[in-house]
Amino acid sequence: MNQKISMSRPSVGEAGRTGDWRSSRPVMRAELCLAAKAGKVTCQLCWLYCPDACITQGMPPEIELEYCKGCGICAEECPAHAIEMVPERAHGVCEMPGGAAR
Amino acid sequence: MTVHVMTGNDAAATAAKLARVQVVAAYPITPQSPVVENLSKWVEQGELPAEFVAVESEHSALTVCIGASTVGARAFTATSANGLAYMTEQVWWAAGARLPIVMCVANRAMAAPWNVLNDQQDSMSVRDAGWVQLYCRDNQEILDTTVQAFRIAERLNVPVMVCYDGFLLSHTMMPVDVPDAEVADAFLPPRTAPLQVVDVNNPRNVGPVTLADPRADADGTLQPGYMEFRAMHHGALLEALEVVPDVDRAWETATGRGWGGLVCEYLLDDAEIVLVAAGSLVTQLTLVAEALRAEGVRAGVLGIRCYRPFPVAALRERLAGRALALVFDKALSYGYQGPIAEDLKAALYAAPDAPAVYGAICGLGGRDVSPGQLAAATRAALGDLAAGVTDRAPVWINLAEGSMR
Ligand code: SF4
Ligand code: SF4
Repeated sequence: MNQKISMSRPSVGEAGRTGDWRSSRPVMRAELCLAAKAGKVTCQLCWLYCPDACITQGMPPEIELEYCKGCGICAEECPAHAIEMVPERAHGVCEMPGGAAR
Repeated sequence: MTVHVMTGNDAAATAAKLARVQVVAAYPITPQSPVVENLSKWVEQGELPAEFVAVESEHSALTVCIGASTVGARAFTATSANGLAYMTEQVWWAAGARLPIVMCVANRAMAAPWNVLNDQQDSMSVRDAGWVQLYCRDNQEILDTTVQAFRIAERLNVPVMVCYDGFLLSHTMMPVDVPDAEVADAFLPPRTAPLQVVDVNNPRNVGPVTLADPRADADGTLQPGYMEFRAMHHGALLEALEVVPDVDRAWETATGRGWGGLVCEYLLDDAEIVLVAAGSLVTQLTLVAEALRAEGVRAGVLGIRCYRPFPVAALRERLAGRALALVFDKALSYGYQGPIAEDLKAALYAAPDAPAVYGAICGLGGRDVSPGQLAAATRAALGDLAAGVTDRAPVWINLAEGSMR
């Protein structure tokens, strides 16, 4: 598909490696997640609200950090406060593409 | 072909009907409103099988045209002044998304202060947005150019703005030859092959975030970055330097009327003094050239029909060897000079045998400009030229300085 205008198609990573943008990371606390506690694929509001479609349904849902841009919407919407936004610096390093640390 | 007596706005609307536009979206603003009032009436009466979308703002008017054009419809709108300013974001979007929308602009002064009368500040202010801009001298040219605009737009995948002076043309009655529908249909077949094919089985996001560098798409094909898309867009505008005259010639073959392509001229052959402008001023300047010739001044007129792309080669060629190009602008880049004068100076820079270029500002906010005032300004310029002035700050014509104290 070569083109004279900018277009994209639904596929993984079409918007680029948006995980690079993240300054805070969503951390799932499965012990609070309604789905994990019920043992069935219920709630899933985080999956529904994630604007970058980087959450996969589950018990608990899984977050793909390669593309999670750290917007915090999932944490905001979770009725059980099971997702906590933790600043990247709390993890010790910010990873650069190619694995370099700074 | 039938001759009707009609206003410039009626001519624009008639052209859109001849072009069999499929979607019209517009918001009323003086002096453009009668264009879309006509179209809305014809849609309502079943004379024009189009979708007329009444919107709440000019921003939405062009947005609807963008949506319609993206799915392959022939879309049209019209506006003026603050309406154009209000839709400016979408003016850029329509161009960058390479949509062949045609928009008529009945030129009107920008507020503040509020004013509904003519100058060309509105369209000149969006000259850099990537549309082809054509300026018309009379109502016949409005009709002919508006039909031509669709063919230009669809050939290049760029939007085209057809500009004509508010009230001076928009509300003035003139005889206009209206071509038969068959003639227009043969000249302008239905739109085919849009760049932005929308297909539910192959969903795409048009105009997504496109960052600085090229990147591989989902198939691994390297796709252009923002700068490459802009370079291709610029290339399409430059191609318009061929396409605008081609389309004008094809129209002349079909109807017997051509408008000079990129520029128009009057008494230019042996002219030493060339009067330059865009729009209805060009018609007025023909009277000025005649009057000056009666006084023994070899004056001629060079009208800018296509302002974007700026016809650099055509202007250089026609101005080589002249003594003076005197540009009359009905707009101003505040703190600098008139846009046409500014562009012409840049176009002639380092050109062999180029004339001196002087600028004059006139007609802002509907201030009357008479042929007598234009001739007087030309005589004053001849005095400066004789005194050896090679560059001159723009002069203001018919400015009541006494009222500014
Ligand atoms: S909602 Fe925002 S923070 Fe949560 S996973 Fe999606 S991108 Fe990351
Ligand atoms: S929104 Fe919260 S409770 Fe609901 S599935 Fe996601 S993490 Fe679990």
